[in-house]
Amino acid sequence: MAKSLSPNGTLARRRFNTKTLVLTTMALPGAIWLLLLRYLPMFGIVLSFQDYKIYTKAPSLINNILHSKWVGLENFKFLFATTESWVMIRNTLGYNALWIVLGIIFAVAFAIMISEMTTKFAAKVYQTLMFFPYFLSWVVVSYFVYAFLSPEKGLITNLQKNMDLDPTQWYSDPRPWPYILTFAYLWKNLGYSCILYLATITGIDSSQYEAARIDGASKWQQIRYVTLPHLRPMIIILFILSVGRIFNADFGLFYQVPMNYGPLYPATQVVDTYVYRALMSMNNIGMSSAAGLLQNVVGFICIMVANSIVRRVDPDSSLF
Amino acid sequence: MERLAGKRTWGGTRLGAVSVPTEIILHILVGLFAFICILPFIFTVIISFSSEASIREVGYYFIPIEWSLKAYDTVFDLGLQLYRSFFNSVFVSVAGTAISVLICILYSYVLYRRDYKYKKFFMFFSFFTMLFGGGLAPTYMVCKNLLGLNNNYAALIVPLLVSPFNFIVMRTFFRNAVPEALIESASIDGSGEYRTLFQIIVPISLPGIATIALLNMLAYWNEWFLSLLYIRDNELIPLQYMLMRTQQQVEFMVNNSGKTGPELSEAIRNLPTDSFRMALVVIIVVPIAFAYPFFQRYIISGLTIGAVKE
Repeated sequence: MAKSLSPNGTLARRRFNTKTLVLTTMALPGAIWLLLLRYLPMFGIVLSFQDYKIYTKAPSLINNILHSKWVGLENFKFLFATTESWVMIRNTLGYNALWIVLGIIFAVAFAIMISEMTTKFAAKVYQTLMFFPYFLSWVVVSYFVYAFLSPEKGLITNLQKNMDLDPTQWYSDPRPWPYILTFAYLWKNLGYSCILYLATITGIDSSQYEAARIDGASKWQQIRYVTLPHLRPMIIILFILSVGRIFNADFGLFYQVPMNYGPLYPATQVVDTYVYRALMSMNNIGMSSAAGLLQNVVGFICIMVANSIVRRVDPDSSLF
Repeated sequence: MERLAGKRTWGGTRLGAVSVPTEIILHILVGLFAFICILPFIFTVIISFSSEASIREVGYYFIPIEWSLKAYDTVFDLGLQLYRSFFNSVFVSVAGTAISVLICILYSYVLYRRDYKYKKFFMFFSFFTMLFGGGLAPTYMVCKNLLGLNNNYAALIVPLLVSPFNFIVMRTFFRNAVPEALIESASIDGSGEYRTLFQIIVPISLPGIATIALLNMLAYWNEWFLSLLYIRDNELIPLQYMLMRTQQQVEFMVNNSGKTGPELSEAIRNLPTDSFRMALVVIIVVPIAFAYPFFQRYIISGLTIGAVKE
């Protein structure tokens, strides 16, 4: 537009350059943040290949890194030498795989059920209540769980006592924890994904259902042939995103809800909690970085593979 | 949903709707889960109003033998740490939200401008960080040792300032709300880029900005991980982290109440341990519980827009 207004190209060019410059200054605050807090730490990956030691003469991160010994893949070897690492990998992948499937099934089911309700007010109330846990922190949730499972006063512990059963030692017995964690995860997150699916269902043109009905489609057939196909892109997008994060766990869930109790680690240790504990409790920066790097590389590969498979099968649903 | 429900039921017919018994089953299933979602909070409120004697007798129970306000009395009596932490939470949430929203508006506006030369570059620059990162340990080392995010307010604010996901959400908002002709005509009228953004674009994108602000505010309000990593001074810890410390050590708040000597040991002895903790939880959740039904609408629109691929 500016170009057509100016008689000779120079004015337009100068305005164009100023514009680019001004717009670039707008991007700068965010870009600098990304550079410092996201890209700079990527160089910190070298820590995974070092035996990180404080350089006592002039301790600073850069000096420490420059003077620490390179140990190649030693940290990774140590990581895999422990049985602990297999436990945390099994837990991370196992929980994620299970929760991806359960999450999709339950959220889609609830979304369809809510969309079929004729009393709109009730549907709205259910939706609001289901979304509520999403707004709470895991610290708060850990207290909720504690109110039910506390060894002396917990509601469930006391019910067990009243029924003359042996009360479960919830905070020292890892066996029930896969169920507790699964429940806590679904409890907190279902409302969120349910709302995403519900928004998609709301967007479906009602004439499609009318046409299906006129053709004699039953309710099940309408869901099968109208609702589900419309939900497919959303299901696939959420699926790719969660597959890309299959090696990442929600730190708060695994750290706060079991209240960091050691005996529960066999069921609650995941890569994220390990990375944190190696860094903060064991002060083993090399191992922590190595585990973190592994997590990021696997995550990156997973999201790329998932996305390219989807792109091949159904180009419209792929993420990028 | 409004469209569907409206078409089907108004006027008394159930044309195309599920049968009445089916609908009753739907209400039972969904209603039960919805009830379970709110139940623990109700339970916590009840425990916080139970007397210590009642808890000793029957444990945490839905109908206590005796009600009591002692937990809240104690919480406010020992409140020094509570008030301090409350201030920290509010301060960090407000400052963090303001700065992060500003950065988000600026960055996503640039992504929204089709005529901007480096749009693709900045898009990739932020999107790539969603796919790959340095990991916790390197990020921690860089933040703490190089960037000085160590035991100060900046450590609670800076690490959450930028979210590439919010950039995408905000850009989509701009696309839906702002016609590009508007920018062209503003520029022809001689408005500078910043003026166009803040006087023309921002006022018509307020719902989108509200969504981002609420999401960020919530993230800051619920934040405890940053305190776990970077904060050592009790002076600086926000509510969520205070709650976490109280879980491991009930006396934590008493020790930071400003009481000393015999008064302190008296307070520790009389501490209504169990109801006290739950009262703290209630105090932290109540602001969210009451504000949430009102801002829910904005959050939902933000979440649904962010998840929709362009």
